[in-house]
Amino acid sequence: MEQSIAVQMQHISKRFGAVQANHQVTLEIKRGEILSLLGENGSGKTTLMNMLAGIYYPDSGEIYVNGQKASIRSPKDALALGIGMIHQHYKLVDVFTAAENIVLGLKESLNKRQIIEKIQSICEKYGFQIDPNQKVYNMSVSEKQTLEIVKVLYRGADILILDEPTAVLTPQEAERLFTVIRNMRDDRKAVVIITHKLQEVLSVSDRVAILRKGEYVGTVKTKEATELSLTEMMVGKKVALDITRTQVKQKQLRLQVENLSCYNQEGIKALDNVSFDIYSGEILGVAGISGCGQKELLETVAGLTPPAEGSTITYYPPREQPPKSLIGLSPKKIRQNGIALSFVPEDRLGMGLVGSMGMSDNMMLKNYGQGRPFFTSSKAPKALAEKIRDELEVVTPGISTPVRRLSGGNVQKVLVGREIAAEPTVLMTAYAVRGLDIHTSYTIYHLLDEQKKKGVAVLYVGEDLDVLLALCDRIMVLCAGQVTGIVDAKSTTKEELGLLMTGQRNDTQELSDTCEQDKGNHLQQQTQQDEQKGEVE
Amino acid sequence: MDSIIAWLQAAIAFGTVILFGCMGEILTERSGNLNLGVPGLMYFGGIASLTGVFLYQNAVQAAIQAQIEAFTATGGAAQDWRPTGMFSLLVQQNASASATQYWDANGVLGIVIALVCGFSAAALGGLLYSFITITLRANQNVTGLTLTIFGTGVANFFGGSLVKLSGGVGQISVATTSQAFRTGLPWLSSQGVIGKVLFSYGFLVYAAVILAILLHLFLFKTRKGLNLRAVGENPATADAAGLSITKHKYLATCLGAGITGLGGVYYVMDYIKGTWANDGTIEKLGWLAVALVIFATWKSVHAIWGAYVFGFLYWAYYYVPKVFPFIQLSRKSSELFNMLPYAVTILVLIVVSLRRKKENQGPGSLGLPYFREER
Repeated sequence: MEQSIAVQMQHISKRFGAVQANHQVTLEIKRGEILSLLGENGSGKTTLMNMLAGIYYPDSGEIYVNGQKASIRSPKDALALGIGMIHQHYKLVDVFTAAENIVLGLKESLNKRQIIEKIQSICEKYGFQIDPNQKVYNMSVSEKQTLEIVKVLYRGADILILDEPTAVLTPQEAERLFTVIRNMRDDRKAVVIITHKLQEVLSVSDRVAILRKGEYVGTVKTKEATELSLTEMMVGKKVALDITRTQVKQKQLRLQVENLSCYNQEGIKALDNVSFDIYSGEILGVAGISGCGQKELLETVAGLTPPAEGSTITYYPPREQPPKSLIGLSPKKIRQNGIALSFVPEDRLGMGLVGSMGMSDNMMLKNYGQGRPFFTSSKAPKALAEKIRDELEVVTPGISTPVRRLSGGNVQKVLVGREIAAEPTVLMTAYAVRGLDIHTSYTIYHLLDEQKKKGVAVLYVGEDLDVLLALCDRIMVLCAGQVTGIVDAKSTTKEELGLLMTGQRNDTQELSDTCEQDKGNHLQQQTQQDEQKGEVE
Repeated sequence: MDSIIAWLQAAIAFGTVILFGCMGEILTERSGNLNLGVPGLMYFGGIASLTGVFLYQNAVQAAIQAQIEAFTATGGAAQDWRPTGMFSLLVQQNASASATQYWDANGVLGIVIALVCGFSAAALGGLLYSFITITLRANQNVTGLTLTIFGTGVANFFGGSLVKLSGGVGQISVATTSQAFRTGLPWLSSQGVIGKVLFSYGFLVYAAVILAILLHLFLFKTRKGLNLRAVGENPATADAAGLSITKHKYLATCLGAGITGLGGVYYVMDYIKGTWANDGTIEKLGWLAVALVIFATWKSVHAIWGAYVFGFLYWAYYYVPKVFPFIQLSRKSSELFNMLPYAVTILVLIVVSLRRKKENQGPGSLGLPYFREER
């Protein structure tokens, strides 16, 4: 099939103050093709695409759209050229319906029936499912994303840019997304996916363009690329893609949870008779489709959500101290007992860090009670902030820079670093690597393993099944608030986990089919990883 | 019965003042600007309209005097003088019998002057607020409160001057224009109870209701309204959709301020019959208008009946003893009644919050400045 060039970016440079975000980048986007834009956090992927979408204007360089030189000064200009970008943070108005969001800012008449018909024809064409009259605040993350895509298609975009589209999707939702993306490609649209997930790159794209520290490294055909070759191009050096799983000999019971149930804000049972225990020197993974009670589980143990009648949470402190019940204790008391929670929500900042405060002030959030009675002590948090900055290589202009100005990966390092620094005996972490690039992710895995070695009991809620299998000792699977199984990570398979994740549902058949499809891919990767391990060692 | 009718009439007149204030504030808040300068803007509207009409009526009166003097100097009788040419548009015949007072400034023109002055003065106040909060991105609450203090000061300063100009306390009066403001519907207003309760008011009462309905249709049925609401809910989204945040915010805030100012015009011209009082009532009404915005859950059609309920409750302290002779209020206990509108607002806030319906909450980014590059 002949491929016409949709966009040419030539020698694009962009500088923000002291930071050179893009330097002399040259890139081609073709019609009827899916291009992955791959790079670590802060490598300038999003900035580059924002210049196509009209959010930023390049300092130098030229952009040609359909062979014509273009000057894109606003999102409006971009749309006029047929360029639509789906940002990582969805730009939707919560109290509007899907249809209202789609037509927002357009000039045509507000004829509801016509609008809905047009939306439905787009949905049928590419296989979207959307209810035009549904309010956005009633939508799930994946529905919101679908809405964003329909929105730009409605505006006639034929060059689509998706910024980290799968960061908040379940594997099934991601697969559905890829299906519509492939449909769009077959419809001769140009699709760009900004991502750092190598598996996605390999499974969905036709070509991969790689950026490193703002500079263009090269473009390769996906068929000719492997996970390792891409990582090398991305990081610029050979990296070890292995997760160490240390075996700790002496394990002691730390936390025993029995018949734990709880209700969420809407009064629906979010956890149903959950029982498990965690030992010191162990990582207990928690797998499950998102929203199956992972958040509630951590919150009840941390004392943020009250458990229902009949639940027991017993904590066995180290050094042979008598066990105590955590139920009814305040979150502060539970913390003081050495149970730390680092929860990374979808927007990263929502829970745990205060965006407008600097690193040191955020450290103080957890120990403001220390120091003299009246004045807070700022020395210790400052020292801690500096330590975390140095040890975890947090990139920040200074420890008093508001954390919301840091990039996502750095924000997460601050959060996880603070929780670890509290020297907990039980460390609970959810989605610790959400949205992080491969390099930083492995730093975090390594950190968790270090903690395990120190005898900490780690509860790790994760999304990536491969990682769960490689990192954890045991994996507990949640499905609709119930434990469907606790398995040994060394002897189980991804397929088994997948089945447990969807365990007591009626659509088991359908979902297990997807698992079958994944199987081939997975096995291939597994062998690759094994080979890599050999090489590195 | 008469007391009940009087109570309802008082409620509707009172409600109209705060309905204007509330509509203006709804329009403003829908763009995401929380303008707490409502009392100040109503002061601006009131004093500007009074000053404009006062100067206009005085000038016309002086001109009439001069012309009549010139006419009598040529030998004519004062009663026989008639305005000629363009000047006849500025004057009208007065019903009062006194010869010198037989001719007076044109009341309809007075209305136009009052409305234009009141609206534009308040809109200028809104422009000042917009510049400080939108362009300079200052804190909206502080700016709004300052605007209230500023408006109160300016209005009472000029109010005092006008009182001095007209020769002492209680002397200032723009009776002709005020009379024109208060003219009820000619035939309907005499039709029994219904006529009295529904049709005995000046035109602004009806204008307020119509405007409230139009505003609702604008906000919820038109594309421009959709865009404006998007700006107030989520400016980043509206920006990405190609809407100019600055333009929408400026326009909504200035127009909203102007409409708020009309509340001041109605208060001065109709409610207190074209005089000026330094008693701080406008400020009280302004805060009630802000409370009404919440009471009406940011929907102007709800503000219509809400305003009348507020008026009804506000006047309860006066009419309750009249309607129910067995209840007699001391000065202290009447204060309890004064707080009723506020108590009801608190109740509504509680109920609305408990129901957790997103549509009934204020605009999403209310009170927040917008800066595109902010993360």
